[in-house]
Amino acid sequence: MADGSAKQGRNPRTVLLLRPTFEALEDVLAKRFHLLRAWESPLPLAEFLAAHATAIRALFIRGNGSVFVDAEILSSLPNLEIIVTNCVGLDLIDMAECAKRGVAVANAGNVLTEDVAEYAVGLLMDVLRRISSADRCIRAGLWPITGLFRLGSKIGGKRVGIVGLGHIGSEVAKRLDAFGCIISYYSRKQKPSFSYTFYPNARTLAAQNDVLIVCCALNSDTYHIIDKDVMDGLGKQGIIINVGRGALVDEKELVRRLMQGEIGGAGLDVFDNEPAVPRELFTMDKVVLSPHCAVYTQESFADLFQLIVDNLEAFFSNRPLVSKVTEV
Amino acid sequence: MESLGVLLMLPLNPYLESELDRRCKLFRLWQIPKASRKDFLYANSPSIRALVGNSAVGADADIIDALPQLEIVVLYSVGFDKVDLAKCRSRGIRVTNTPDVLTDDVADLAIALSIATMRKICSADRYLRSAAWKTKGQYVFTSKFSGKTVGIIGLGRIGSAIAKRAEAFGCFICYHSRTEKANTTYKYYPDIISLAKECDVLVVACPLIAETQHIVDRKVIDALGSNGVLINIGRGSHVDEAELISALVEGRLGGAGLDVFEYEPHVPGILFSLDNVVLTPHVGSATVETRRAMADLVLRNLEAHVMNNPLLTPVL
Repeated sequence: MADGSAKQGRNPRTVLLLRPTFEALEDVLAKRFHLLRAWESPLPLAEFLAAHATAIRALFIRGNGSVFVDAEILSSLPNLEIIVTNCVGLDLIDMAECAKRGVAVANAGNVLTEDVAEYAVGLLMDVLRRISSADRCIRAGLWPITGLFRLGSKIGGKRVGIVGLGHIGSEVAKRLDAFGCIISYYSRKQKPSFSYTFYPNARTLAAQNDVLIVCCALNSDTYHIIDKDVMDGLGKQGIIINVGRGALVDEKELVRRLMQGEIGGAGLDVFDNEPAVPRELFTMDKVVLSPHCAVYTQESFADLFQLIVDNLEAFFSNRPLVSKVTEV
Repeated sequence: MESLGVLLMLPLNPYLESELDRRCKLFRLWQIPKASRKDFLYANSPSIRALVGNSAVGADADIIDALPQLEIVVLYSVGFDKVDLAKCRSRGIRVTNTPDVLTDDVADLAIALSIATMRKICSADRYLRSAAWKTKGQYVFTSKFSGKTVGIIGLGRIGSAIAKRAEAFGCFICYHSRTEKANTTYKYYPDIISLAKECDVLVVACPLIAETQHIVDRKVIDALGSNGVLINIGRGSHVDEAELISALVEGRLGGAGLDVFEYEPHVPGILFSLDNVVLTPHVGSATVETRRAMADLVLRNLEAHVMNNPLLTPVL
């Protein structure tokens, strides 16, 4: 029976939140579960966790980069059995530690896939057809004055290399195929069910393509996967689209090349140190920039919130998780 | 072709211009001050047998009358609404345009505008460049394009190309045109209001003729509604622009992606403060690759005419 003291929270349907999350999600979760809001406590986190550790079997973590669920947090929660996140990406969770401790992780599964894929395509088309650039010029009242604009570049016939042919990468490929792009890819494993040409690494992929679209997960193998060598291979007209994580690309090198005309352009939804974005990009016409919003549609978030609830309900009813991460 | 006098109505393409200059006797109309044009044409009309224009500046009755030796109008565009076809017909003047070579570009732009409008790509870019991400936090939730219902007005070459691309996004396709098309599985709506009611994104992709002036009027806009998005890659006059603007400002229409306007290059300033519109300056075919292909088609039509061979892409 709950006793209202600091050791309260014996409610079996207790979910720990370390940081505030989407208001709408918190409302939905609060209606169904008992939420422990760590930031509302005057106690430092370590003490707070110690005080509530026994009761905590479930943790929800929002992917906005402010908390990394590391070994220290995990060892303060000996009864933790499940982590649910609203992200697809798992770079904010020490997955190896979770595996060691038998903590299951449920992520966003496939509910955000199409949103990210279409955004990547939208960024590429914007860069190639100079849409944001043209929109800026019109809003500055320049159409009647400058007359003809700089021509864009045709989408069909472009050689597009997908870095990471997972769910998102394959949805990007499917869309660009319809525009007549020539698709190839690099992935950890070759995927025989797709007829696209496979390259064994990002460097050889870049050398054969006009565009690289970065869709892979961020882990120790993929940090700076788009590095100086890859950018050399892509060449001066090359275009990079990144909807993965900022750290997949050597951002300093990319910015330097953009400034010196050594790369054609870029469409970037993610950055190294969000929300900080290199200021040099702000005045460039050949880049399209977005504030990590490739996932943020009303439709997908309605599905996502439902998925989060479904995962937690399944857990508390001893049923299999809906979107358990099985392969890291 | 050296003796062929060609009147070029406006600067179109540096490559085309230099080829015409090199291979024909080129007259550049825009370099002649307006006041002297009548005299200029009178003086040179005996040589001028061909006219090259586009969808902005074509060949109206006045210019055709001023050129008694005119044999052919060669357009650097697919639209021929600025050519007086009746007059050409009565004079036996041939007319060619540039279909097909720009189909892909225009269809690509329709999809690009759809995504940019629904996902607010340009607006998010402005947000980021204004440093608002640091001060105001996450950008707004937008509307997903994939899986939506796309309605196309005019299922010709361009409309069909748009449909094919939208299908790759899992979109459901429906259309309105004068007659139902055989050989498609897309849902046909003989009534444009019903089409507008059904779809999430309405794309204008039909030619501009008398009947399609303001085909998108208040009724259609209201049917499309506050969650609907209008994409215009046809002509400004397809849409009642005043109604469109008031619908956008009042929130009765969800958004619009516009490549064309009623009084180009004038774009109503009231649109500049809206985040749910994307504005491009008639760039449907504006890629290096396509403009080159269009220029080559103009040159090949001229060559064919001079050699008495069948024209490649005749309108008339």
